[in-house]
Amino acid sequence: MDFRNTLRLALRALARNKLRSSLTMLGIIIGVGAVIATVSIGQGAQFVIQQGIEAMGTNAVFIGAGSNRPGGTRMGYFGTRTLVLDDMKAILREVPIIRDAAPMVFTRGQVVYQNQNWSTRIEGTSPSYFSIRRLAVQSGGAFSEEEVESAANVCVLGPTVVRILFPNEDPVGKTIRVRDIPFRVIGVLEAKGQSPMGEDQDDKIIAPYTTVQRKIAGITWLHYINASAISRDAAEAAVPQVEALLRDRHRIRPGEDDDFFVRTQSEVADLATATQRTLTLLLGSVAAVSLIVGGIGIMNIMLVSVTERTREIGVRMAVGATESDVRGQFLVEAVTLSMVGGIMGILMGVIASALITNLLAWPTQISVQAIVVAAIVAAGVGIAFGYFPAWKASQLDPIEALRYE
Amino acid sequence: MIRLDHVHKVYDLGEVQVHALRGVSLEIQRREFVAIMGASGSGKSTLMNIVGCLDRPTRGHYYLEGVEVSGLSKIELARIRNRRIGFVFQQFNLLPRTSALENVELPTVYAGIPLEEREERARQALERVGLTDRAHHYPSQLSGGQQQRVAIARALVNRPSILLADEPTGNLDSRTSVEIMDLFQELNDTDGLTIVTVTHEHDIARYAKRTIEFRDGRVRRDAPVVDRLLGREVLPTLPVLDDFAQEEAFEERAGATGQTAPAV
Repeated sequence: MDFRNTLRLALRALARNKLRSSLTMLGIIIGVGAVIATVSIGQGAQFVIQQGIEAMGTNAVFIGAGSNRPGGTRMGYFGTRTLVLDDMKAILREVPIIRDAAPMVFTRGQVVYQNQNWSTRIEGTSPSYFSIRRLAVQSGGAFSEEEVESAANVCVLGPTVVRILFPNEDPVGKTIRVRDIPFRVIGVLEAKGQSPMGEDQDDKIIAPYTTVQRKIAGITWLHYINASAISRDAAEAAVPQVEALLRDRHRIRPGEDDDFFVRTQSEVADLATATQRTLTLLLGSVAAVSLIVGGIGIMNIMLVSVTERTREIGVRMAVGATESDVRGQFLVEAVTLSMVGGIMGILMGVIASALITNLLAWPTQISVQAIVVAAIVAAGVGIAFGYFPAWKASQLDPIEALRYE
Repeated sequence: MIRLDHVHKVYDLGEVQVHALRGVSLEIQRREFVAIMGASGSGKSTLMNIVGCLDRPTRGHYYLEGVEVSGLSKIELARIRNRRIGFVFQQFNLLPRTSALENVELPTVYAGIPLEEREERARQALERVGLTDRAHHYPSQLSGGQQQRVAIARALVNRPSILLADEPTGNLDSRTSVEIMDLFQELNDTDGLTIVTVTHEHDIARYAKRTIEFRDGRVRRDAPVVDRLLGREVLPTLPVLDDFAQEEAFEERAGATGQTAPAV
């Protein structure tokens, strides 16, 4: 069978009734489009998480105060008061594969400059934090150990806070009020954008933890410790060591729950990946159902088409078409329907992904693999659901067909 | 060329068995022009289906150009229909929304002929029936006679040796019917095509050279045509329809001389 000619004839046959063809293709278009969009959202999220991990450093070890109930609801996190600075010093002393650590306390508060004010996150930490978390300061500088020691009223601002409090001037050197306490601005953080969880990472100020503990939050304990191991594997190995150390220091008996939790990046990544995978699977199933419905639609229309063209089939057989010729003709029409629908679905999926990124600010990454799979599946649907009508057409008796009204 | 030897065709409809052909034996030679006549149910359509390789005899043998057809597979029969036989139907059976040229091309597609040659053959066939200037028209843009000519061109495109026509003039007006029969005669005389046509109209049968009459599944009469009509002689005597002045003039003259145009 001359393939290009058959294809041309099939496209012509479909073009004869554009409305019918378009409606038939709708199921495939939606199914394929949904698959492409879903996968690209998933890929995009994966990519951002990966980037987040890179940014944080793959060697990161995160020690937080509070309970770590399975299922991870946020109710117990940071709720206990037992994590202290001495714990951090002990870790640095006794877990040698932990290279560096910074304490962290946080709260929220109003920051004011002249007639602008803003409610923001206030973080208190040590200078090591900047190197552990790979945070850069774009102007001015971070605070020093001396300023930590003296609990100086100095702070580094995130770009979002700067945008609101200092729209027209350079904040470095100026004095702002943090919860009504004057602080001198000594630096501005480099922009980091949104976190994978959707938080604005630039909306915060960072000050010495001593200052925040004593003058703002009024606490003596820590909320968490950001540590960094010497390597990624070391980070994994450090977890049981840190846990043992802290259980000992906090006098937790065997069988009792920890009053802290220790996490590494891989756990974060795994959790996010698992969530992503579930979501993708769910949406993928919906898309699959849509494809099946689309396939049934194709089969339905092809059956109608065969009945409508009974006479035509009779004529073709009379002038020499074999069963295989007739079957092939209708199969090509069905596959053309599904492939054209598939291509349009891919285009819609790509456009939808772009729109989602632009309007919802969710990251998306088009997956070439998904496009190829979608194209193959579309063809498969055409073949699978087009076969029965094509077979029916080929089994017509030419004499009966020619007599058909 | 066509030989039927005690051919029977029985249709099994469950409770009833219809004996459409009861032991038909006949021969048709090359270059013959045969008209098959008979009432409905006489078996003439069944005969055409068997001769045209659309159906197989229940008993008996059918030899086409020396080859026993009854034992061939469906694919081989399709090939014969494609290469050796040309069909013309009462209802033209052209593909709608397809140009005349592409309609004529259809059998060449199934013959596996490459594109350029297909178009060339189709053009030649259209020229043969005098419709070169209508090659790109759609059937809806053609008159009944023109559509039937396209159908004839389609039947000829693979250069078959036999043309089978089933009531080819059934849907045409009187003048056009004669034009078609005239074309058939030309194809038979000049191109040597063997033509077998089914008709129920005696006047149409007179354009053939031989008539075979069927009744109740059997051949009742098989004789050469005695008062044969020739298209090229009849056509000038017919009024061209839609030209009322001419028609009136013809009728007056016909009434005056007592001569009537053959009632078709």
